[in-house]
Amino acid sequence: MSEKGKLAIYWAASCGGCEISILAINEKLLDVAGAFDIVFCPCIVDTKVRDVEKMPDASIDVCLFNGAIRTSEQEYMARLLRQKSKVLVAFGACAQEGGIPGQANLHNRQQIFETVYNTTPDGSGTPSTDNPQRHVPMPELRVNGFHLTLPVFYDTVRTLAQTVPVDYFLPGCPPEAPRIWEAIVAILEGKLPPAGAVIGPKTTCCDECPRTRGEKKIKKFRRIWEVNPDPDTCLLEQGLICCGPATRAGCGARCPQVNSPCIGCYGPNEGVEDQGARLVAALASVIDSSDPQEIERIIQEGIPDPVGMFYRFSLAGSLLRRAALVPDELRHELPRPRPAGAATARSAS
Amino acid sequence: MQRELFEPKIIGFFCNWCSYRAADGAGTARMKYPPNVRVVRLMCSGRADPAFVLKAFARGADGVMIAGCHPGECHYIEQNYKTMRRYAMLKQLLPAFGISPRRLRLVWASAAEAAQLAQIIEEMVEDVRTLGPLNWKANLAEESGHLDALERIYVEHRQQVEVAS
Repeated sequence: MSEKGKLAIYWAASCGGCEISILAINEKLLDVAGAFDIVFCPCIVDTKVRDVEKMPDASIDVCLFNGAIRTSEQEYMARLLRQKSKVLVAFGACAQEGGIPGQANLHNRQQIFETVYNTTPDGSGTPSTDNPQRHVPMPELRVNGFHLTLPVFYDTVRTLAQTVPVDYFLPGCPPEAPRIWEAIVAILEGKLPPAGAVIGPKTTCCDECPRTRGEKKIKKFRRIWEVNPDPDTCLLEQGLICCGPATRAGCGARCPQVNSPCIGCYGPNEGVEDQGARLVAALASVIDSSDPQEIERIIQEGIPDPVGMFYRFSLAGSLLRRAALVPDELRHELPRPRPAGAATARSAS
Repeated sequence: MQRELFEPKIIGFFCNWCSYRAADGAGTARMKYPPNVRVVRLMCSGRADPAFVLKAFARGADGVMIAGCHPGECHYIEQNYKTMRRYAMLKQLLPAFGISPRRLRLVWASAAEAAQLAQIIEEMVEDVRTLGPLNWKANLAEESGHLDALERIYVEHRQQVEVAS
């Protein structure tokens, strides 16, 4: 290779774990350094956004973008890096499906700010927050002739692909080092799948799981502290809610191998649009009952937090994407058209 | 000012062997029932993937009705029992998304029960009418301030680049 390629690595709403997993390819980093110049990566190289802005469009060969999009600054960076990159890879669960930050979509900005910034007199706020003046970040402020700005915090966390067009997806929280290396090799050798594809296996976590599987019939769902699981039998058969049947392979079933059920970080397998819906289909069908009341009891006792269980990493990328801003049970407070002749109790008072 | 009565959009997933024939029978017998249910014929209510239900809500449906053969009478032995369980789990899931479980109904209707099905459809339409529109897309619209904020970053950064170069 006569000339080195240009590589960018960026983080948005993420934890930094994706960068660490890149380091986990160990000595192969030298091969990466041999093939690419890292032109932008705030985690490891001192380059500025300004430097990226000055680059010609499509001058970065590959951009590995991790993290979800939840502020205007992150959206700006996603658009900027899309413009400057030939290949944009949504790297990791957050960029692909919203990841853990996507759980914020069960709430809205106001609720999140209330929890994070407000100390409530009755102690119902965050105990560690000392904010008696109830200061909340404001996107714009004019003080003594200065114009101060902060990025705007969105109500809804979005995935990278919901923000800009994405070429490839590399799932996982974080992506496993061997899968990262395979992706880098595919990029270097030009043996990439069609654009828009996930780089990795297409099947489910169950295919990589060494546990023996039989017919599943469950009378009771159990949490992990309630059982001492048998090391050789399928965890789902033992009543533990394992996301394996609706989760993409690629991790080598690391969690089930240490007696811990799959939590679904690799996102849905190929052809599945909504990981949670697929889990509902898979888990419901193994409930061993034909009595509606008993079924309801098994579900209510066993799955107290269905969104956290089924959409732990994929809420922002799911079909519904978030919880309703105004839930149905609060809607009666909104004005609604009434049929002609209906009693108008409010106007009488 | 009298606003128009809200007409809910309800997507129906009806099984080919019983409930679709019941709906067909209701039509042939010229029974009257509200036209709010848009029926999708499936070979079995067991084919009603939970993703279909969520997709219907996400794309603008106000309600979803799944209809199949009575328990024990499934053309495919026991698939409607799976529907029964998936329905129970969806009922647990929907409130977590802020969607009333009343927007989803599971109905057992044999091919002979045209009148019963027409009545249940009428009940559900009225029930969803009292709930009001779901209008899921409105949940995803950020307030206009976020585009202004994005524009502001563009302007600020453009100035910085010009100063630096």
